[in-house]
Amino acid sequence: MKRTIVVLAAALVLTAACGTSSKPAAHPATVSSTAKAAPRITTVRLLTHSSFAVSKDVLADFAKQTGYTVKLVQPGDAGVMVNEAILTKSHPVADALFGVDNTFLTRALDAGIFDPYAAAGLDTVPKTLQVDNEHRVTPIDTSNVCVVYDTSWFGHDGRPPAPKSFDDLVDPRYKKLTVVENASTSSPGLAFLLATIAAKGENGWRAYWTALKGNGVRVDDDWTGAYETDFTAGGANGDRPIVVSYGSDPAADVVGSSPHRDTTKVGVIPSTCFGQTEYAGVLHGAHNVPGARAFVDFMLTRRFQEDMPLQMYVNPIVAGAKLPAVFTQFEVDPPHPYSIDPATISAKRNDWIKEWTDLVVQ
Amino acid sequence: MSDSEVRSRPVSGRRARVVQVAVPLGFLGVFFAWPLVSIFAHSLRADAIGNVLTDPTLQRVAWFTLWQAVLSTILTLVVGLPAAYVVARFDFRGRRAFRAFVTVPFVLPTVVVATAFLAMLRPGGPLAFLHWQRGVAPMLIAHVFFNVAVVVRTVGGFWANLDPRREEAARMLGASRFRAFRHVTLPLLSPSIIAAASIVFLFTFTSFGVALLLSDPGHATLEVEIYRQAVELFDLRTAAALALVQIVAVLAVVFALARAQERRAVAQRLVGGADAARRPRGREKVVVGGVLAATTLFLGGPLAVLVWRSLRIGGHWSLGSYRALGSGASTNTLFVSPWAAVRNSVEFAVIATVIALVVGGLASVAIASRPGGATRSFDAFLMLPLGTSAVTVGFGFLIAFEHAPGSLATSPLLVPIAHAVVAIPFVVRAVVPALRSIDPKLRDAATMLGAGPRRVWREVDLPITARAFAVAAGFCAAVSLGEFGATLFIARPDWPTVPIAIQRFLARPGEINVDQALAMSVVLMFLTAAVVFAIERVRVRDLGEL
Repeated sequence: MKRTIVVLAAALVLTAACGTSSKPAAHPATVSSTAKAAPRITTVRLLTHSSFAVSKDVLADFAKQTGYTVKLVQPGDAGVMVNEAILTKSHPVADALFGVDNTFLTRALDAGIFDPYAAAGLDTVPKTLQVDNEHRVTPIDTSNVCVVYDTSWFGHDGRPPAPKSFDDLVDPRYKKLTVVENASTSSPGLAFLLATIAAKGENGWRAYWTALKGNGVRVDDDWTGAYETDFTAGGANGDRPIVVSYGSDPAADVVGSSPHRDTTKVGVIPSTCFGQTEYAGVLHGAHNVPGARAFVDFMLTRRFQEDMPLQMYVNPIVAGAKLPAVFTQFEVDPPHPYSIDPATISAKRNDWIKEWTDLVVQ
Repeated sequence: MSDSEVRSRPVSGRRARVVQVAVPLGFLGVFFAWPLVSIFAHSLRADAIGNVLTDPTLQRVAWFTLWQAVLSTILTLVVGLPAAYVVARFDFRGRRAFRAFVTVPFVLPTVVVATAFLAMLRPGGPLAFLHWQRGVAPMLIAHVFFNVAVVVRTVGGFWANLDPRREEAARMLGASRFRAFRHVTLPLLSPSIIAAASIVFLFTFTSFGVALLLSDPGHATLEVEIYRQAVELFDLRTAAALALVQIVAVLAVVFALARAQERRAVAQRLVGGADAARRPRGREKVVVGGVLAATTLFLGGPLAVLVWRSLRIGGHWSLGSYRALGSGASTNTLFVSPWAAVRNSVEFAVIATVIALVVGGLASVAIASRPGGATRSFDAFLMLPLGTSAVTVGFGFLIAFEHAPGSLATSPLLVPIAHAVVAIPFVVRAVVPALRSIDPKLRDAATMLGAGPRRVWREVDLPITARAFAVAAGFCAAVSLGEFGATLFIARPDWPTVPIAIQRFLARPGEINVDQALAMSVVLMFLTAAVVFAIERVRVRDLGEL
């Protein structure tokens, strides 16, 4: 017993010593490694959100082409990830970051977490999506947050036809049928609030939400609760046939059907969609800058772009990338979804969220 | 007893005491206090604290957080104490299985349980007649569901060791069954009841997942508000100020409870479990049966819904969900096979349990042997991790360890270490009441007979506290198997645990992912039951040898 204690105490002292002494020790190590022709770093660390997914063989191809293996750092959702990047700015936990979207973008740029890098293949990306002139971030994919519904629920047994617009959601025929996410805790929730602001204007959105509340909208704190438990066509036979989710849901519904179906149970209202773009960038202070750049380049290749749809249910951004058949058949990707300039979002987001919370939640 | 032994005792005693205090302080200092201080140094500002204290919305959140935690704690005691009594006092077939079963809800992922709860409350569900939506009531019930294990195991473990003859003597002297319980058993039991209550209070005071999924957004807890401020609004100053308010409130409660627990501790003769429990007789059979049935129904309902749903695909019975798990089709979602997640979880649980038992055991000895103000502070400090915002400590970890050598900052070992930080309070709460109740005369007698301090510990303290340690070990394993919030922050994507795997499945649309999440939850259920069951078996054999 006593020996264990002594060993453990020694280990703790050592750990503590390592922790405090590491700061000075780390720097000589870096200096010496740059002074002598340093052994090439063979891993690229990618900071990303927990929804990131990629096929193994795609990563294997990247390793074959560049000699770098990718190591993921996934601390949580997009908000947690961006926070982590900002908090660890002076000693970044990764070399590249993927998954900051237009609702968080300006905040990340203002915090100075990225170094500029004009990726190879940028010429294949639509100019309108290249929002940063200094190329601190590179757009990688797009998606749409839309109002979606259970196609089998509507249009029979005296029920109304499927909803077609924002205005249908406040129609008494659709009373108590809608579930949305909390704009202050969920990213699709915030995107939907932004869609209503873009659609109804700075002066009209409050009245719209008051009407929505009057029509019995339910607010859940996160997407899993809304889609997987409350939505009638989600995983759990919920009780709400209309939910705020994604334009790719009809395709995802077919891919994830069990037992397998060739038809979808999910419909999308295209006139309610808010466009989201996800960006990647090289982190300021990255250990492996060439590796980080190589991975940003790789994310714009067709190999990676064509793998994304079935892995993350998002759309490729480069011209000429092919969509899987299930996407061309079922996905709803409106040509002009609602959008708000990222700088405006950053400037007003907290005020909008606070007003929305006072109006809808309290 | 020779002179030299008399002289040597205090010396080795002092050295032992230093180790008992230094190891827990060092461990929690590095892995809990340092991250917390780092984040506070980074973002705590005086004006933000002032704003937080005067904001009426935040005041409402704080008030709601407090009263729901108090109510949840009381309800958990009401539901848990009868089961603790039955498990402690009576010997019946399946007793060990029942104790393991009670522990299962404690580790289940919140999101899975929330789904099961809502399925029961929906039109067509067995509880549809209640007409409940998300809100305070389902939240309170879920808190009880998750935490009954804390009461049954902590109080039940202690109760089993109470000498039943005291109560029997009171009955012989003419006291009614109730009077005997009220005036004899309850006072003796109260330290362990307070211990259980303080853990349940901390858990429900810092409720995050349950509040997020089962309450309505109008009833947020401080923990949810801290997450909202830090992650969604990027207002780390407000988040840090709220985290500080949360810690101060938690400390106040922990201090009060630790004091009460200490004051009520009575040295008494504890007995081994074997002779205290007996088979129920006459009317007792009705009581035992009734309590067992009610508890099983309450805890088993949502579990049964889970198992049932994991076996249904498209309205038919099927093992397809489990086959999908085994086929490796989900490897891309998890980056590794689902079974690797199971292996990770088991290994992490073993390491976390060992660390927590050693560190928590040392701390318990220090706390039990020296009552007083300093000890109370030490005790409260050990409890603090349970009552501290996970997202705050998570961000603190990043700042504190960003300078650390790469091997430590990214080591998979951080996961069981974080689990141990959460599990240590369970060890302390389970072991301290048992240690305090040891009659000092027993130790004195052993010393008089020539035993050194270590021998006294081995021959007197350890046998009597073996059951408490077993209870604690079961909890440590359960805490580790079920922990989610901290794990998400520090787990490497290529080393997922079972709860992380479940979350990954649920974050993707499509029935097949929900199916696999449910199957994985059932796997976690049985894994927990098996681990706890195994620990209980080890205990019995150890007791037999001593």
